[in-house]
Amino acid sequence: MTTENVRQIVIDIIADIAPDEDLAGIKDDVSLREQIELDSMDFLDIVMELRKRHKIEVPAEDYPKLNTMSGCVEYLTPKFAQV
Amino acid sequence: MDKTRIVITGVGLTAPNGNSLKEFRSSLLEGKSGLSHQEIRYMGTQVAGLCDFDETKYQNRKKRRRGTRAGSVAIWSANEAINDAKLSWEAVDKQRVGVYLGITEHGNVETENEIFELHQNDLNTRLWSPHHNPRTVANSPAGEVTLNLGITGPHYTLGSACAGGNVGLIQGVQQLLLGEVDLALAGGISESPQTFGIFAAFAAQGALASHEDATKASRPLCKTRNGIAISEGGCIYVLERWEDAQKRGAKIYGEVVGYAINSDASDFVNPNTQRQVECMHQAIKKAGLNVNDIDLVSMHATGTGAGDIAESKAVKEAFKESSTTYVNFTKGHIGHAMGAAGALELAGNLLSFSDGMIHPGINTEELDPECTLARLVLHEPLKHENVRYILNNSFGMLGINSAVIIKKIN
Repeated sequence: MTTENVRQIVIDIIADIAPDEDLAGIKDDVSLREQIELDSMDFLDIVMELRKRHKIEVPAEDYPKLNTMSGCVEYLTPKFAQV
Repeated sequence: MDKTRIVITGVGLTAPNGNSLKEFRSSLLEGKSGLSHQEIRYMGTQVAGLCDFDETKYQNRKKRRRGTRAGSVAIWSANEAINDAKLSWEAVDKQRVGVYLGITEHGNVETENEIFELHQNDLNTRLWSPHHNPRTVANSPAGEVTLNLGITGPHYTLGSACAGGNVGLIQGVQQLLLGEVDLALAGGISESPQTFGIFAAFAAQGALASHEDATKASRPLCKTRNGIAISEGGCIYVLERWEDAQKRGAKIYGEVVGYAINSDASDFVNPNTQRQVECMHQAIKKAGLNVNDIDLVSMHATGTGAGDIAESKAVKEAFKESSTTYVNFTKGHIGHAMGAAGALELAGNLLSFSDGMIHPGINTEELDPECTLARLVLHEPLKHENVRYILNNSFGMLGINSAVIIKKIN
């Protein structure tokens, strides 16, 4: 799976969790929470959807790695390669 | 009653046949049903009363996703009530507002959904939603209203089976009388048709309505009735003290002059005629009235044999000394809106104070001889220019009875 594919997967999940947000202009290196209204429960939702849809496990200690879009892609791409 | 007078200054609602008091009233006078056939998980095609209000008018899609259908119904109804009351919401002291919502149950929808998902995912409990707890705590629908409207006064729901709508209203009145709040958003809500369990349970009781024409499925007091048509809905009242309402020049729908809640203490599901009589009489006594003063009794009348017969006997007994009291019911139009039923059915009758009409009970094709009542309004609206007092019945399982009396304000 390409990094672009992984990015789109994350975008699709966020779009379901925060359907009122415009995600077209998401900057990859800026904190997601600075760009869109996401709280801690939303992050739990992202982790849950990764588990439910893609069988990707994200341990709690790794949550900070999902802080930015580029962080998500960097962290998740190897995991997608393993599933 | 306490000398402090409590009045209704706003009504917000969603019913299967209307999303405002005006629409709802028109539907009731026109005999318009809100029932249709719907596909219910595991249960196939069933009769249900669903509401079609705009869920995103007062909350964004993210908040709607985070919350519950019950919360959404409550948020709609609360906002509509505030708008109807023409309150300057920004100027209202939010610490002095209370939210009191009667419910039949809460959380079944969310729990069923989670268990359904669990079964789709090899019973993997690690996929259980983190939102399940906040969605299913019993105060959830009332709490969602406070989140939506920035209310920092008290909020809670009142679990009171199908008496919920009346009980929520009564709680609001009592909290105003106690001086705990200056404004109450009080009433009842239900999202019951979103669960299959309630359909399955009423089917197991032999009390689930069915008919090839869904609009004729709910037939209270009818000899051929076959049970309850399950509906959702919400109705929230703005309640204020009389002097506060007068001060701001509010429109007043009516004054809550009497109420009563009692318990059968006799059976889990079967009603108790004598306790219902006592409940109505306690409300009338609290209002300082006699039975002849009540111009209209709004029956609970669910469309079950046991319920209809017990209540018909109760109304007959309670009003045997009256020669002027009319009787109607609303569930023929909208089915049984559970926790919202009492509040909605009162709202459906409230405008008889101003439009001089009593809406009829519909679908009673052949009146059950055990449900005959003097001045029962059936099939067609009745012109009645002088409705001064309405008594609204609402009863529920485990033997909870409630009655509320509203007085016309000239």
